[in-house]
Amino acid sequence: MSAWRRIKAIAAKEARQLGRDRLTVGMVVGIPLMQIVLFGYAINLDVRHLSAGVADQADTSWSRQLIADMEASQVLRFDTRVATAEALTEAMRLGEIAVGVYVPADFERRLVDPARPAAQLLVDGSDPTILNIAAQLLQMPAPSRPQQTSTTSGLFELRNFYNPERRSAVQIVPALIGVILTMTMVLFTAVAIVRERERGNLELLITTPVRTVELMLGKLIPYILIGLLQVSIVLLVGRLLFHVPLRGDLGDVYIAALTFIGASLTLGLLISTLARTQFQAMQLTLFIFLPSILLSGFMFPFDGMPIVAQRIAEVLPLTHFVRLSRGIILRGAEVGELASEIRALLIFFGVAITLAVLRFRKRLD
Amino acid sequence: MTAVDQLDLEIPRARIYGFLGPNGSGKSTTIRMLCGLLRPTAGSVQVLGHDATLEAEIVRRRIGYMTQRFSLYEDLSTDENLDFIAEIYGLPRREKQQRIGAARREYRLDDLRRQRAGTMSGGQRQRLALAAATLHRPELLLLDEPTSAVDPQSRREFWESLFDLVEAGTTILVSTHYMDEAERCHQLAILDRGRIAAEGAPKALMQAIDAAVIEVSCDQPRSAHHVLEDLDQVRSVTQLGSRLHILVDPTVSEPEALIRQRLRDAGLASQVERTAASLEDVFVAATRKPLEVAA
Ligand SMILES: Nc1ncnc2c1ncn2[C@@H]1O[C@H](COP(=O)(O)OP(=O)(O)OP(=O)(O)O)[C@@H](O)[C@H]1O
Ligand SMILES: [Mg+2]
Repeated sequence: MSAWRRIKAIAAKEARQLGRDRLTVGMVVGIPLMQIVLFGYAINLDVRHLSAGVADQADTSWSRQLIADMEASQVLRFDTRVATAEALTEAMRLGEIAVGVYVPADFERRLVDPARPAAQLLVDGSDPTILNIAAQLLQMPAPSRPQQTSTTSGLFELRNFYNPERRSAVQIVPALIGVILTMTMVLFTAVAIVRERERGNLELLITTPVRTVELMLGKLIPYILIGLLQVSIVLLVGRLLFHVPLRGDLGDVYIAALTFIGASLTLGLLISTLARTQFQAMQLTLFIFLPSILLSGFMFPFDGMPIVAQRIAEVLPLTHFVRLSRGIILRGAEVGELASEIRALLIFFGVAITLAVLRFRKRLD
Repeated sequence: MTAVDQLDLEIPRARIYGFLGPNGSGKSTTIRMLCGLLRPTAGSVQVLGHDATLEAEIVRRRIGYMTQRFSLYEDLSTDENLDFIAEIYGLPRREKQQRIGAARREYRLDDLRRQRAGTMSGGQRQRLALAAATLHRPELLLLDEPTSAVDPQSRREFWESLFDLVEAGTTILVSTHYMDEAERCHQLAILDRGRIAAEGAPKALMQAIDAAVIEVSCDQPRSAHHVLEDLDQVRSVTQLGSRLHILVDPTVSEPEALIRQRLRDAGLASQVERTAASLEDVFVAATRKPLEVAA
């Protein structure tokens, strides 16, 4: 059929051009690798030798014992010693230390007083991993004491700076597939048609018998394959480097990814019909990318967001994919059980491609 | 603004019809309307018996369009570009390779098969673009300045190819800035500010020029130039070495006498005689004419 022949011709041409564009080829493999390694290590729970500071106003054998115990755990490295709590806060503000330990002068009296915490742990909450460390340190027993008084209050009182919530590594990697795909898929197709317009190819192309739908579908095909390749890279690296479990079915992951890739690519196409220049296309992509990251549940728990934000999030493909991938990869859900998310992505795909085809005119005016 | 205003065109079949006109006179705009790329704000465009806007898809299968700016893919090679176009036009598979091969021979692209279009010279690119535009054997070929930035030898060869196509029955509409090319057209339209300022066969246009053409030889051509330029009846003065080529308003009964008198008054010795008009004179006369105010 000639329609299929034209679609194939467009797809082959697009793939060929893509293969010749070194930067794009680099991005296809480089972005997922870089992202997962960066994100993956930043959220690695097994952190050691965090720089820490101490203000030991008690300076007794017990307080020194406490510091020694903490250093022995190898989690903290005390390389800043100051006199006051204020100096600790200042050091943290300057980024010199990630954790501060404040031991007040009446440390020993506080130790035996169940009503008051004995010391303070100051934490730079702007880094989520440090928060997790703090949680571990809170479990730490008080330095060995002669008398066995059971203390109801812990050794530390947690004072969390900058970031009140905690996240875990495993939660992030499955959702990261979606973030990476949003970044690459939307951007690739967003510039796909604009680029032809800028280079003057479009004027010729639209005087040929090729139909708008054929042009759009032909442009999607190579990127679908690229998207699936990127999914595989993230899954593989997530498995090898970060031991992310796959509790669900691998086929289900790919089904979810495929629908998400379709939705993202058509979103890009739609942007491509709106933008006049590649620069505009990139700006519009960013305009989609930021809310996707912030509202999809990738960064912040979806349920904690205000209703308005939730409504907006429901429109973004990434929100649905984050639920799908966490469901399948982490909770072992089947894709059938998450059908409503798949449906949402398919609807998005349908609406976006219809709008893109309607918006695109085989004319210059 | 109005790029093209009340343009009536009749292009005879199997002929080369030329568009001549200054920058911005509406050549590209007209050609784009014929392709259905732009819609006329009023009136209609009929191409090969079809409405160019409403039946654009029918028209597009039967025309070939070579854009002013190179619009094939610069990062694809000759063969890849031609193959892409062949697929898009759905050429029969058996015929495809044979047609591409023939086009390569016709437009001397055999040595450039694997070279990317982006690395080709201007002339090579034009040949590739023409090969692509004719691959599906269009009945009507629209060429928008196909030979800008092409050397005279290559231009000659290019025009030989055009005449071959015409011989085979193709109708060609070509826009150009070159007088020698314009002279080779069967029929010519001179466009000015979106209107047809003159139309006809080049020879007929030159004979029926709406001005007297005077040639002046003198020792001080620059001074003579300034003196003559100020005359109301003089439409244009062109210097060619030590000679001046002058167009005088047709209302002047004895143009040679007028010029001679003026130069003598200025104290300049000169030889003044009337000559035949060139196509460039026709062009200048047509495009310098003040536009009649539309009723
Ligand atoms: N997209 C556009 N938007 C606004 N004005 C335009 C557009 N395209 C063309 N024009 C205007 O229409 C007029 C005719 O332009 P056109 O490109 O047809 O000229 P042309 O005869 O092909 O000139 P050239 O010899 O420089 O190629 C010009 O004044 C131009 O500025
Ligand atoms: Mg032009």
